[in-house]
Amino acid sequence: MKARRTVAAALSVLALTAVAACGKDGSPSDAAPGGSSAPQLPTYTVKTDAKLDASPVWTEAKKRGKLKIGAKADQPFLGFEDVQTGKRSGFDIEIAKMIAADLGFSADQIEWQTVTSTNRETSITGGQVDYYVGTYSITQARKDKGVAFGGPYYIAGQSLLVNKDNTAITGPETVKDKSVCTATGSTSIANIQKYGAKVTQFDNYSLCVEKLLTKEVDAVTTDDSILKGYAAKNQGKLKVVGNPFSEERYGVGLNKTDAALQKAINDALKAHEDNGDWKKAYDATLGLSGSAAPSVPALDPIAG
Amino acid sequence: MSMRTASVLYDVPGPRARTRNLILGVAGLLGIAGLFWYVISSFADAGQFEAALWSPFEYTGVQQRFVDGALDTLKAFGLAAVGSLVLGSLLAVGRLSDHFAVRVTSTVVVQFFRAMPLVIMVFALYRAAFGAQPMWALVIGLTLYNGAVQAEIIRSGINAVPRGQAEAAYALGLRKTQVMGIVLVPQAVRSMLPAIIGQLVVTLKDTSLGYIITYPELLWQMKLIASNSDGYPYIPVVLVGAPIYIAMCLALDGLARWIESRGRRGTTRRSTTAA
Amino acid sequence: MGLIFENGNFSAFVEGFLRTIELSALSALFALLLGFVLAAFRVSPVPVLRWFGTAWVTVFRNTPLLLLFFAVTFMLPPLDVHLDSFTAAVIALSAYTGSFVCEVLRAGINTVPLGQAEAARSLGMGFGQTLSLVVLPQAARSVISPMGSVFIALPRNSAIAGAFNVPELFSFQKVLSEEAYDIFAIFFWIALAYLAISFSINAVFSTLERRVAVAR
Repeated sequence: MKARRTVAAALSVLALTAVAACGKDGSPSDAAPGGSSAPQLPTYTVKTDAKLDASPVWTEAKKRGKLKIGAKADQPFLGFEDVQTGKRSGFDIEIAKMIAADLGFSADQIEWQTVTSTNRETSITGGQVDYYVGTYSITQARKDKGVAFGGPYYIAGQSLLVNKDNTAITGPETVKDKSVCTATGSTSIANIQKYGAKVTQFDNYSLCVEKLLTKEVDAVTTDDSILKGYAAKNQGKLKVVGNPFSEERYGVGLNKTDAALQKAINDALKAHEDNGDWKKAYDATLGLSGSAAPSVPALDPIAG
Repeated sequence: MSMRTASVLYDVPGPRARTRNLILGVAGLLGIAGLFWYVISSFADAGQFEAALWSPFEYTGVQQRFVDGALDTLKAFGLAAVGSLVLGSLLAVGRLSDHFAVRVTSTVVVQFFRAMPLVIMVFALYRAAFGAQPMWALVIGLTLYNGAVQAEIIRSGINAVPRGQAEAAYALGLRKTQVMGIVLVPQAVRSMLPAIIGQLVVTLKDTSLGYIITYPELLWQMKLIASNSDGYPYIPVVLVGAPIYIAMCLALDGLARWIESRGRRGTTRRSTTAA
Repeated sequence: MGLIFENGNFSAFVEGFLRTIELSALSALFALLLGFVLAAFRVSPVPVLRWFGTAWVTVFRNTPLLLLFFAVTFMLPPLDVHLDSFTAAVIALSAYTGSFVCEVLRAGINTVPLGQAEAARSLGMGFGQTLSLVVLPQAARSVISPMGSVFIALPRNSAIAGAFNVPELFSFQKVLSEEAYDIFAIFFWIALAYLAISFSINAVFSTLERRVAVAR
């Protein structure tokens, strides 16, 4: 009995090491799908002469040689980390990169940190990240907690994601008695309950999308940006329907004490929106869902 | 163990019983095999065995995540194991204290944390203080809960140490703390070691609650791998990850059995010399 | 502390509390049934059933409950089994707890003196009769206390269902803390609920223990 147990343990260790020994590098998705006709990501010229001595965060980052940016890791085509290569991609990631370039940091000089929704304020005010880009809505409550915002760089709104062959659900008015999935405790719940939907709640959206693909639920609801990412990830299977029925203004979160950085971020956003990078970034990420680019939102004035 | 019970519960099978057992055995085997076949063929029909869903496991990045996850699981487990044993010993001694206030406090603490679901505590700790360091929310939650359980185990162990041990120690002039610390607790821990390690297995399994507060332990990594790979390979990831957990728990369980068998040998030896 | 009386939170709290109890009670029932069957398997004369029982207990006792919830949520739909989240939670909890019940029963069976089973067999009883009429009723006595620990753990474990679309107390905690209520105040109310549950179960089992205790 004991001997058998030992053998079993030894075998499982062996199996693990064997698997570890013959791993491939890289990722299957390295081979770009779609070929040359697919929209290409923009490239950003790094402003090596950027100077922002008034900003303590920037000065510190320059000394370090690395810019610490907080992002999400589990939102495809928005804030996403490839588990095979560790590479980051998505619209939020592009926004973060274009700002970094104008601050004088190349893509290799960015140290990405995965920060989940609940930790955002603490990591920004605690200095774990220099700035944060990840579906971060501009709200007064967050400003009161010591966060300032650059942007908005995108206006999102709650929308619905359904299977491609679903013609019954076309917008919030049509979800009565349908089962709609969203994340536990999110504000989307109350919004969709108003329309008489049966709400299913999971810990995060990817579980909801899996349930949608197996048709256990009829729709997934949250910000359209997140839904577009999933639709792009599952091209030909899912679509985003209906006009947004709420408004979330995404901003770049940073420490309230650093007004110089806030201005620099806004300048960078403005420059890249004007030169077309913003649109290119959208088309190569969220645009793959089939939803056309919305208009670029006007930046908030910086309060004195 | 089961052999002993088994042979007592039924006679040595005669020819008819042997045939019956054989028929039941074959039927049972067919039933189980059928169930397995159904499960596996349904998975296959659903495309769960297609190479594309299993290809993520071939990449070093993904394997590294399994390793990282297992290491973070073990790190939280190690800290919580040490913490819960220290806290458990303190609370056990506290519950046996001569001071009324200490006794009552320890009892209340033990009863409270034994009744609280770990998820609720870990989540509250995470939200209240450890948003930026989820590991500590997990470790502190695990320590409080398992410390309370270990306290009860150690206490019953102390109560089971023969009274003469404490009396002899007092007769030698040791003080109360010394009697507890160097005579009673070590013996209690030794005699209760199987139960203590059994609870440590529970501690190890409960580190998976880190998933809920985004601590990157094994289960959290498994979820990220499944949700960030093409085609959402949840089933393959569960089929790969569950055996890792089972292997870790069985290793700990094997340790408990080994210590138990050594302990038994030790006591037999003692009793023979005494006799 | 007043948060419980605002915005219909109280009804959500009561609903969560009742859901926790409902989930625990149903799972307890199925876990008990499953535990009996598995224990019978593990001591049966048929080797295949013994192996099956052992394999089941080994797998389910050593897998984190959270992972079982995961498995039930994702592995059943491809098998064309479509369940609501509550049923899925009952299945995960019963499968997990059942293996602990089985181990408690098996340990209890081992405490029944050998002579009892031998006497039963000499009266001509078969395996099923020996087990159900003679051994298990006597094992019940020594089993009550460890069984109590298993069933006190059950409502605690059931809290995990809150992460899988069952609106019980943990999900209540999550929703309210998402709505930025004071986490300590939420914790106070939830702690109260679980203490009540835990002490009631404790009381039931100590009464049972006193009832069946035999002065020897």
